[in-house]
Amino acid sequence: MPLLAAKDLHASYALTRVLHGISFSMEPGTITTLLGANGAGKTTTLRALCGMVKTQGEVTFEGRRIDGRATEDIVRLGIAHVPDGRGTFVNLTTEENLRLGAYARKDKENVEGDLERVFGYFPRLKERRAQQAGTLSGGEQQMLAVSRALMLRPKLMLLDEPSFGLAPLIVKELFGILRSVNEKERVSMLVVEQNAAMALDLAEHAYLIETGRVVLSGTADEIKKNDSVRRSYLGY
Amino acid sequence: MDAFLHQILAGLATGGIYASLALALVMIYQSTHLVNFAQGEMAMFATYIAWALINAAGMPYWAAFFLTVAFAFVFGVVVERVIIRPVESASVLAVVVVFIALLVILNSVTGWIFTYTMKTFDSPFPKGLGLGVYMSPHEVGTILVTLVVLVLLYAFFRYTPLGLAMRAAAQNPDSARLVGIRVGWMLALGWGFAAAIGAVAGMMVAPIVYLDPNMMGSVLLYAFAAALVGGIDNPWGAVFGGFLVGVLENILGAYVIGHELKLAVALVIIVGVLTVKPSGLFGKVLVTRV
Repeated sequence: MPLLAAKDLHASYALTRVLHGISFSMEPGTITTLLGANGAGKTTTLRALCGMVKTQGEVTFEGRRIDGRATEDIVRLGIAHVPDGRGTFVNLTTEENLRLGAYARKDKENVEGDLERVFGYFPRLKERRAQQAGTLSGGEQQMLAVSRALMLRPKLMLLDEPSFGLAPLIVKELFGILRSVNEKERVSMLVVEQNAAMALDLAEHAYLIETGRVVLSGTADEIKKNDSVRRSYLGY
Repeated sequence: MDAFLHQILAGLATGGIYASLALALVMIYQSTHLVNFAQGEMAMFATYIAWALINAAGMPYWAAFFLTVAFAFVFGVVVERVIIRPVESASVLAVVVVFIALLVILNSVTGWIFTYTMKTFDSPFPKGLGLGVYMSPHEVGTILVTLVVLVLLYAFFRYTPLGLAMRAAAQNPDSARLVGIRVGWMLALGWGFAAAIGAVAGMMVAPIVYLDPNMMGSVLLYAFAAALVGGIDNPWGAVFGGFLVGVLENILGAYVIGHELKLAVALVIIVGVLTVKPSGLFGKVLVTRV
């Protein structure tokens, strides 16, 4: 059974239709990426999965229908969304941001341990623990967003453009950590990226989206070798 | 000199009441960016409940006090769920009209149930609490109650997970939903807390102005002024503004403009702040790096 599957997913903002019947699925424990140009509907796909936009079509998580459910209920199933723009609570401290990540969890007694676990991945955040989160650098805020998602102990993480606005070295570090989180904790990840090269190195499977439809899918290696992907998205 | 000192201290006591109501306004403003014009009438209605519990049901004052606070809390939650929720995404003007309707309805319903005749509402504080010529027992008691309310609120928002969730929901509803916070309920709780604080303010002011359905009108004006002076998005500013407005009102009323023109102080402050420094003294200047 796939961990997550979308079937003929449509979504729109007000009168503008953005997704025109997207279908894809991913297996537990894997990293899958959605690639595509600006405006292709990648962010909307992630928002649709968490019930943040009006949708039609079917979304299943661990075999259960989740389309039409409230965002806060979907989160409770173990889906953590690292949103576009990072979604930092800018007036709260780093630590408060992280504690909020664990808000929906039932096992409150493990939260302290998880705080240390997350600080293990991102030692910089430990130094910034008591600092107002809005004053962190872009890279630190992205780390905070990923850490906040990890505090949920999610089964699935949805990552929206984790490389956006970050220096290449920081992107490399971040992707390395994502990979080790995936390997050590078996957290599945659905990554939306414009940086196709980075995303294809990280992921096992990829879907290419153009104007709200899936136009190509396969393993990351197959996609990398595809001529038109290479020219349009990898640039060589 | 004694008289002057008395004016200042008495100003602090009424200032505490303004501070409480201003805090209630700020709480709702922070999550909705709207000022609840019915805040005063909600407090007045709760105060009548307290009066009924004491005088009709024969309850001891403090039992009635806590029961009223609990009632006001539930009332606030219900008002948000039933009346405000349906117009949540309506235009600002529509919501303001709903606030004003709530004000008028509460005012007339109270008048209809309890009549418009003024009622006395005894102060619960013992004589021994007074500070001679400087402060009456009720003034000292009011300041103490205000301080207790402030400390409890601070502790709640600063140290409890629910308080943190409420702050998060007010600041960034989308992100709050993404960590599983039920933002709608946090809003309703915010209304509950605001109504409960308002009820305390109402019960503290009633012994001074007497109980009548219009008693909160001027108090609400002072509370507006207080919230604006402090910066409408800043709870500490609202508290500071409350005490400041209370003292200013008293001193200007006693020495400069006379008692009859006191309410003008509130209006001058409101207009002054809005034209000169709309963000108030402590309006938040947000630091963000991207």
